[in-house]
Amino acid sequence: MKPVEIAGVWKFYGDFPALRDITFDVEPGASMALLGRNGAGKTTLLRMLAGLSRPGRGTIRICGTDARDRMTRRSIGILGHGISLYEELSAIENLRLFARIYGVEDADAAASEWLERTGLEKVRDGLVREFSRGMRQRLAVARAFLHSPSVLLLDEPFTALDDRAIALLQSLLRDAIAEGRTVVLSTHQLREALELATHVALLVRGRLAYTGERTGEMLEDTGWLYRQYGEPQSVTA
Amino acid sequence: MRDKTIMVLSLLAAVMFAGNLAIILLVLPDEVSQGPIFRIIFFHVPVAWTAFVLFFAAMISSILFLVRKDFKYDSFAAAATEVGLAFGAANLLTGMIWGRIIWGIWWTWDARLTSMLVGWIIYAGYVMLRRAIEEPTERARMSAVVSILAFADVPIIFWSIKWWRTQHPQPVVYGGGFLSPGYWYMLFLNWIPILLLGVVLLLLRMRQEQTGREIDALRREVHAF
Amino acid sequence: MNPPAGPPMKAPHLSFFRQASTVAWKDLRSELRTKEALNASFAFALVILLLFSIAFEPTEDETRQISGGLLWLVFAFAGALILNRSFARELANDCLDALIAAPMSGAALFLGKTLANFVLLSAVEFVCLPVFGVLYNVSWTHQFWPLAGVIALGTWGLTVVGTVFSALTVNLRLRELMLPMLVYPILIPCLLAAMQLTGPLVLGDPYTAELSQMLRLLVAFDVIFSALSLALIETVMVR
Repeated sequence: MKPVEIAGVWKFYGDFPALRDITFDVEPGASMALLGRNGAGKTTLLRMLAGLSRPGRGTIRICGTDARDRMTRRSIGILGHGISLYEELSAIENLRLFARIYGVEDADAAASEWLERTGLEKVRDGLVREFSRGMRQRLAVARAFLHSPSVLLLDEPFTALDDRAIALLQSLLRDAIAEGRTVVLSTHQLREALELATHVALLVRGRLAYTGERTGEMLEDTGWLYRQYGEPQSVTA
Repeated sequence: MRDKTIMVLSLLAAVMFAGNLAIILLVLPDEVSQGPIFRIIFFHVPVAWTAFVLFFAAMISSILFLVRKDFKYDSFAAAATEVGLAFGAANLLTGMIWGRIIWGIWWTWDARLTSMLVGWIIYAGYVMLRRAIEEPTERARMSAVVSILAFADVPIIFWSIKWWRTQHPQPVVYGGGFLSPGYWYMLFLNWIPILLLGVVLLLLRMRQEQTGREIDALRREVHAF
Repeated sequence: MNPPAGPPMKAPHLSFFRQASTVAWKDLRSELRTKEALNASFAFALVILLLFSIAFEPTEDETRQISGGLLWLVFAFAGALILNRSFARELANDCLDALIAAPMSGAALFLGKTLANFVLLSAVEFVCLPVFGVLYNVSWTHQFWPLAGVIALGTWGLTVVGTVFSALTVNLRLRELMLPMLVYPILIPCLLAAMQLTGPLVLGDPYTAELSQMLRLLVAFDVIFSALSLALIETVMVR
């Protein structure tokens, strides 16, 4: 039973196919970098993996059950573009809230533990509204990892982070991968993301152009994959 | 094929209308208490029935869309609702004209008219909602939910307003039930061309919806890459 | 095969009611901290009460006669502000996505929010009542508990329908416009029944057989729309 199985997935907006016949799997303990230009369908695909939307055709299975299944969602951790935290609640309140919703047995303990791991224990009662950008990002990371998910889905996680948050996230992801958890992250070919990846998948115009192991070549020349299989490298990638 | 269907149905409706109008205007005698204006009932009532049938069909189609995810059900629901609105408006207008001529007032808070007005506003909201959602799949989903909630409310609205009006009686546009069999026959006879007209308009509107979706898809294709 | 995912999968802590109450508490705590919707709602209710007096200058007797209608107009309009905020508060920071992706059924999220809205709107209503009594010199307490019961039933109808439409319209640009436009006509039977029942309770009139029909209507409305909303909410929230 693989952590992520995507079979024949299409996504339609009306009659327009944003994703066309996507099929690939992610092996246990692998970390997959999802590459592609803006509009290629990375976020659309990640949202379906997260259970936020349904495929028009095809199936998505996480740990053997449908992505939308409630128990399955229990084992998925998500870090999207927004921090998904409530401004008017404090750090500890936010984490406790999500711990409870995710069914963590001792919500208080888990929340406290993760505040420490992300270096936020001193501001546990501070309102998120008053946090700096870096602090919010770290708290968002805490929220994503809080319930010990076995599958982590991250949408361009390194794009808006400051140095401290990047270092934290990298270390947490390395630990997660070492523990055998599965990571799928979308990226604009940033080196930080590719370093962590064992495999890559390239989306071009909603189609899967390439999937396979992440080679050293890809790491050294981050535009290589695009030139081989996709569009010419864009400057802003 | 559909074009031919539309032509045939339109022709049929037109012929029946002509025939019915002849009967209604020339053959039938004046009604005892209300005079010539009573003939408006042969339009006022069947358009209401047609609107009701269309809103019901829209709800069924909405449920089918949610289950089957096929956009033809969404096109049908949208078209049926809009055409239903047109017929509902016809019911309201004929009712107002009738009331004006009989009672001298444009609006009497008659139970049936009031219920139709409330329903009309709800379904006008449905149309506004559709205009406000740009993405076709989301638009279809949301309007399907509204269609189901709206039609579930229809019987409740009817019942509650009827109760309200029996508590505080007002002039009634059409007493209901006190018609000779000949009149009932004419009512049903005139319902047929009206229903046919509804179907024709529905088919035309459906086609428009489907074409609109195709254009949307093409536009997305062009802009996406 | 798979690394430990914390506590076992069939966690009893994922219970429907526990999650719904977590969401409800979250909403209430958030709102009590900012008080944005509450203040706006109170203020709006006050303004309507004032405007009504200015517009019609009703005598005490007249006011008592129309109290059912007046109170529920105030409750319905003030309620729109609370209901609009309900799902809109989740848009900032993509919180709504986090809630939908969580192992929580749409129904639990919906129920939690409806409960929170119910509490908030009830709070506004029970502050409006004494204000109404003072401004219009009307005594409304003789049949307090039946009145509270009717207000509860009517408010539940308002919040159930309002919350489901709040979810439906959350992503619309014209949300503030579309929500009342859609919700009020659908609520007409509920409001009608509540108005018809509230009037006599404030007046101190006896409870008639006709009124019991209105009570049944109100209960039926609440049950039907609660059931339909719970059934349809998942469709509304998952794209």
